[in-house]
Amino acid sequence: MAKTTLPGSLAAIQDDFLALDQGERLQLLLEFSQSLPELSERYRDHPDLLERVVECQSPVYLFVDVEDGVVRINVTAPKESPTTRGFASILHEGLDGLTVDEVLGVPADYPLDLGLTEAVSPLRIRGMMGMLGRIQRQVREKSGA
Amino acid sequence: MTVERDQDPALQGFAHPERLVTTGWLAEHLGTPGLVVVESDEDVLLYETGHIPGAVKIDWHTDLNDPVARDYIDGAAFAKLVGSKGIGRDTTVVIYGDKNNWWAAYALWVFTLFGHEDVRLLDGGRTKWEAEGRAYTTEAPASTAVDYPVVERDDAPIRAYKEDVLAALGSAKLVDVRSAPEYVGDRTTAPDYPEEGALRAGHIPTAASVPWGRAVAEDGTFKKTEELSAIYLDEVGLRPGDSIIAYCRIGERSSHTWFALTHLLGLEGVRNYDGSWTEWGSAVRVPIVRGDQPGEVPAR
Repeated sequence: MAKTTLPGSLAAIQDDFLALDQGERLQLLLEFSQSLPELSERYRDHPDLLERVVECQSPVYLFVDVEDGVVRINVTAPKESPTTRGFASILHEGLDGLTVDEVLGVPADYPLDLGLTEAVSPLRIRGMMGMLGRIQRQVREKSGA
Repeated sequence: MTVERDQDPALQGFAHPERLVTTGWLAEHLGTPGLVVVESDEDVLLYETGHIPGAVKIDWHTDLNDPVARDYIDGAAFAKLVGSKGIGRDTTVVIYGDKNNWWAAYALWVFTLFGHEDVRLLDGGRTKWEAEGRAYTTEAPASTAVDYPVVERDDAPIRAYKEDVLAALGSAKLVDVRSAPEYVGDRTTAPDYPEEGALRAGHIPTAASVPWGRAVAEDGTFKKTEELSAIYLDEVGLRPGDSIIAYCRIGERSSHTWFALTHLLGLEGVRNYDGSWTEWGSAVRVPIVRGDQPGEVPAR
């Protein structure tokens, strides 16, 4: 089991959130939701390759690629579910391009440490923990780690 | 001072047509003094992506629930919350939201706990407003805070606690508004929803299964009186004068059914058991029935 350390990308996102007051944190989450990249053509054309995140109330699908030890995150969520999109976007920005060990080293409770439990509610944040858990499981499966 | 009611013929067959407004009425009345429009959604950020011009946001979880105990906020917190949104005691409040107004109906029910007189739902909610291509804005509303009196909640008429449900087994008519798999006991949460902590699956003995969505037409508005009567009166056997308790998983879908029974069919004595399955399905020594039949009240 890899030891848990927070990669710089996720630590930076966490710092950004914690520097803001509650209302501004929600605004930043909204900005994340707007910057989630479109799926690449490969996954747009093959939705069957994507895994459903059942912990989320909205339909969220993700697929992880591991190429030469580097993790690539593909994730999609509907526009009517901006909170879920925001969570997906944070994980995309924070994890895409990291090494297998770095991704596996992210603490499972990272979503609880973004300072969003008050503005968003713990119930909703559970969906993000589900996403992170599934990403890490896929990385383990695909890297043999 | 309340805002005139919607005279749209489509609403006049309901027992209390003054509890609904159409999208057309709302579009015409935006900005009317004495009217405040409230958006209440499942998604806490949806409002920020665009809302009806001038609408304020009230979130079911972060605003209406007590942050510590599993209960609603008290009279002082409610007064502070709604006063800050520009809502006075005599303001006409129109609530709308996502997911067929689940959370809007829930917010309306909470307003009713505090005895707010004139609170209405936008028939069809966000879905209909959007389908008609009506305007949204991301501009924050310019609400001026007003004084709202501190009125303590009066739960008894429309809210049932677990103890009330236990005591009413066999006398009240229970309506389980969750999905069929939840009722039967195949799962504890709605399809596509996360597990939220109920330890046992099934339904409360004697409860009839009437999934909430049966009250809704294809365009997201409520069905007409005749269709609602056919379901709740003819099929389920609810009668005026009955004591009725609706429940779901956390009380939001059953608020929707509570609204339909109380305001559209005009049944009195309908209560919402907001503890719902997340409480009943985890409580010790309460009776549970599995399968598609309502089941019997156990001998005591």
